[in-house]
Amino acid sequence: MLKNVYNWIDERLDITPMWRDVADHEVPEHVNPAHHFSAFVYCFGGLTFFITVIQILSGMFLSMYYVPDIINAYASVDYLQHKVAFGAIVRGMHHWGASLVIVMMFLHTLRVFFTGSYKNPREMNWVVGVLIFFVMLALGLTGYLLPWDNKGFFATKVTLEIASSAPFVGTYLKEILQGGNIIGAQTLTRFFAIHVFFLPGVLLGLLGAHFFMIRKQGISGPL
Amino acid sequence: MSDMHEKDKHPSGDKPILKKEMSRRQFLTYTLGGTGGFMVALPLIPMLRFAVDPLLQTKGEGDWVKVVEESQITTEPKEFTFSKLQVDGWYSSTPDFAAWIAKDESGKVFALSPICKHLGCTIQWAGSEVKEDPNQYHCPCHGARYTKDGKDLKVASVPLDQYDVDIKNGFVYLGTVMPNKRVK
Repeated sequence: MLKNVYNWIDERLDITPMWRDVADHEVPEHVNPAHHFSAFVYCFGGLTFFITVIQILSGMFLSMYYVPDIINAYASVDYLQHKVAFGAIVRGMHHWGASLVIVMMFLHTLRVFFTGSYKNPREMNWVVGVLIFFVMLALGLTGYLLPWDNKGFFATKVTLEIASSAPFVGTYLKEILQGGNIIGAQTLTRFFAIHVFFLPGVLLGLLGAHFFMIRKQGISGPL
Repeated sequence: MSDMHEKDKHPSGDKPILKKEMSRRQFLTYTLGGTGGFMVALPLIPMLRFAVDPLLQTKGEGDWVKVVEESQITTEPKEFTFSKLQVDGWYSSTPDFAAWIAKDESGKVFALSPICKHLGCTIQWAGSEVKEDPNQYHCPCHGARYTKDGKDLKVASVPLDQYDVDIKNGFVYLGTVMPNKRVK
């Protein structure tokens, strides 16, 4: 049945070469933990992506209950955490995953650094990776404010003070991020929009470039 | 393009070249590029203006708020709180604000903002009873210190902001917060 559906579509759209090109490729022995267990270090990048997918999915589900409004944000987070079934687990995944993704990304960066995989011809992929790192940090920062608790509020206050200390553009940068003179209703909606729409869009674009380059250039050789 | 170069180089050309003619390809590039740029800018301009609106909105004139009787102000800074209307997008509220008010040597009343200029924590006056750095403003977060006039001594690189002060009928009125003008 499923085979027939696939064939019916494949006859019309010729999709086999497409997924072959994406998924059907050899994994070199030196990056396969089944051959050399120490090759597990090559899994950190993939694990980072795996956690990123969990972040996107859990975030999508959190937005079913969350309200980005200074009066209701904390109450909505409190409700989804304590009253909704599995709320603690779904928000827990998003909360702990946010830290874990940074850890995995850091380990991945160390692996790339110590295997020298950033060298010619893969310099551009290193640069894209660093951009992904910045986007992840920005996602962490903007997400921190969203529960609208004291911790997030004052962390944001400190961060925006740091932003405002940038030469020349500092005060404008701060006001644009803040959406006004104070950290308030417009800061929360702004951070929500950035966290949920702008940065994930940028992130997916950068991840696409990251993976395209890996496929184009192949995995770097053994040490 | 290469054709034109050929003509330019020819020293004994029959007729002098008065103007460089635009090739069909270049004309089309400019036209399509211009149209494309216009069509990208058209939806983008409203969106960008929309995003930076808070930056360009006219700041509300600061209202004067009656805070305390002038007779309560001494040369030792004291903290006074007052509430003031605050418009935050679609919310209006009257939150509490604080000011450290004191008299200087000439008896002039001045008020400092309690927000540390390092990273925005809340400073406190530490009087002569404190062992370490007495008679200074202390910040609990990263140990910034300020003099009574708000001059930055440690950690912070800018003096404390001050309030606009007005004395009317024996009461201290506070206005907007502005950069410190007491210390140079």
